[in-house]
Amino acid sequence: MSIKVSMTVNGKPVSAQVEERTLLVTLIREELRLTGTHVGCDTAQCGACTVHMNGKAVKSCSMVAMQAEGANIVTIEGIAAADGTLHPMQAAFKENHGLQCGFCTPGMVMNAIDLAKGNPNLTETEIREGLEGNLCRCTGYHNIVKSIAAGAKAMAK
Amino acid sequence: MHAFSYHKPSTLGDALSLVAKQSEGKILAGGQSLVQAMKLRLASPTDLIDLSGIKDLAGIKVEGSSVTIGAMTRHADVENNADVKKMIPALARLAGGIGDRQVRHMGTIGGSVANSDPAACYPAAVLGLGATIVTNKRKIAADDFFKGLFETALETGELITAVTFPTVKRAGYIKFKNPASRFALVGVFVAETSGGVRVAVTGAASCVFRATAIEKALTAKFDPDAVPADTIKADTLNADLHGSAEYRAHLITVMAKRAVTQAVGK
Repeated sequence: MSIKVSMTVNGKPVSAQVEERTLLVTLIREELRLTGTHVGCDTAQCGACTVHMNGKAVKSCSMVAMQAEGANIVTIEGIAAADGTLHPMQAAFKENHGLQCGFCTPGMVMNAIDLAKGNPNLTETEIREGLEGNLCRCTGYHNIVKSIAAGAKAMAK
Repeated sequence: MHAFSYHKPSTLGDALSLVAKQSEGKILAGGQSLVQAMKLRLASPTDLIDLSGIKDLAGIKVEGSSVTIGAMTRHADVENNADVKKMIPALARLAGGIGDRQVRHMGTIGGSVANSDPAACYPAAVLGLGATIVTNKRKIAADDFFKGLFETALETGELITAVTFPTVKRAGYIKFKNPASRFALVGVFVAETSGGVRVAVTGAASCVFRATAIEKALTAKFDPDAVPADTIKADTLNADLHGSAEYRAHLITVMAKRAVTQAVGK
């Protein structure tokens, strides 16, 4: 059995014929070949699969693709400017050494952008609570928190 | 995940006729529990009936001194709703502590209440505030709704459409999070209502329940120090690698005290 699913991904309309049980993250990675969105735990703990659906951070491993039918999806590939200039949050992660192995980074950045929207002066507590759904196994979070604080300020400029 | 057929009805009537036809089907609300359960093959419905296309099921309405929350209202929308924050701040705070931000953008009150997960937060608010569960067939008092482990009073073909919460004098909710899963190892919701104090406990047993001994003590005096020690018997509580039944029994009194402290604003 298969079903047609259509949505906007990074500003472009896309559609695909998929099995109903196809997860959104599977569609993104295997059909659309946007492999920046990662599958870490595959059980909704780690947040590496975080994308934006209609502007809100969601875990793309925790929903079937059909739940995003007609939605506006943005992945990590869709946030830098067309000329390659990094998004302010990406730049802040680079400046503040907010990553080591980088596996969790796409999810961290996508959640951070949503968290920082309209909140340029995030406190450390707000950032740490906001990261409840994202796991990093390298950095101990310290530089990630620094990056998000700086990125939030930069986004408001 | 096993294969299934997907349906997205746009009216409640269509959803109900699909539910009636698909005896092995399941309702999909936000999917934050169900999709993961299906991936683990703990659930393998033949059909998924997605309620997200039914516009009337989402939204928050104030009627007099009560707040009605549509079944498909997302946790984040309850957390950030100005009316809920003003009228039942403990409920907004509870919604804002469920899962994580990403989960709160998808998960719904109807899904959580219908699932009756033993460690979920919403059942504690529903029972603690004495809310009413509204279905396509009837209104069910919270006291009659939660029946056991993932078990409720909902009948076959019955669907939650909304939950109505009364406003109360004061309320508070504190959970002791499992350090790994962040689910409530024990969560206690206390509410001082015009009809006395209600205390609902989640995480500790097969489903949410009322701690009547603590209710009695708090009705006499609504103060953290009034919570009696060692009134909860461990013999009906959960025991697992995260905590013994005795540990959970003790945590109930500690969380109850903290919840009262939050409610009285100390």
